[in-house]
Amino acid sequence: MAKVIIPTPLRKFTENQSSIEASGNTVFEAISDIAGKFPDVKQHLFDSDGKLRNFIRIYVGDEDIKALNNENTSIENESVLSIVPAIAGGVE
Amino acid sequence: MPRNTVKSLNPALRIEIMSEVVINKTALNRMTEHLESTYPNEGCGFMLGTDNKRREINELIVVENGKQGDQRRRFAISPLDYLKAERYADEKGLALLGVYHSHPDHPAIPSIHDLKQAVPFFSYVIVSVVKGNAEVITSWQLDDTGKFEEEKLIDEKEVAFIDV
Repeated sequence: MAKVIIPTPLRKFTENQSSIEASGNTVFEAISDIAGKFPDVKQHLFDSDGKLRNFIRIYVGDEDIKALNNENTSIENESVLSIVPAIAGGVE
Repeated sequence: MPRNTVKSLNPALRIEIMSEVVINKTALNRMTEHLESTYPNEGCGFMLGTDNKRREINELIVVENGKQGDQRRRFAISPLDYLKAERYADEKGLALLGVYHSHPDHPAIPSIHDLKQAVPFFSYVIVSVVKGNAEVITSWQLDDTGKFEEEKLIDEKEVAFIDV
C-alpha cells in the first residue's frame, strides 16, 4: 500500500486524516482508491470525465508526475504520494 | 459598504459572517510589509495557526510569486512551495489555514480568477495595496456551494473583549 498525503483543504472530506494508505500499481489507481474510500473527496480530485482535475497536481516523493508518466506513473508499497492543490489568483 | 482598514479592524462593520479569523500583530505586520514590498506586483504567502472556535493566524510563510507573466495582475504558488509549507505545518503541529495575496491598486474583493482556483477550507486573505500602501484587508472562504463568503477579521487586541 502506498501512502497518500491529503492536502489540508481536502482533509474535511477524509475524516480529517492527513494521510491514507491506498492500493494500486499506478498513481491513477491509488487516487481512485482514495476516491472510492471517501466519496465526498471524489469531485475535488476528478472532473466529470473521470480525469484528474487540472488544478490538482500529484507528486511521488518530490517529483511531479508530469515529469514522470503522468497518472500512469508506477508506484510501489513504499511510495509516498502527495496531492497538491494549485494555488493561484489575481485581480480582475 | 465600509471595509476594514489594515490599521483598525472594526468587527462592528461585519454582520452576516460565518467564521472569525484573528491575525496576530506580528503576522499582520509581516504580511503588510511583504505585500507593500512586492508592489506593484502581487505578493503571496501561506498562513499557519490554530483552528478552534476561531481561526488564529500566528505564523506566515512568505512565498515567491511564481506566476510566469504579468505579476501585477496574477499570482501563483509553486507546488513545491505548497508541499514545503504543508510539511512544515504538519511537523510543527500547526494548521495550514490559508493563503494571503495582494490586489495592487484594486479592491480587496475576490476576483473571478481567485474564485476559479479557490479550494475549500482555506481562508483567502486579500490586501488591497494602493500606491504602495496596504490599505484594506479582507478574508474569504468558499462555502459549500462554491461561493466566497466573507469572514470576520478581528484585531488581536479585541479578542479579549469579545471573549469576556
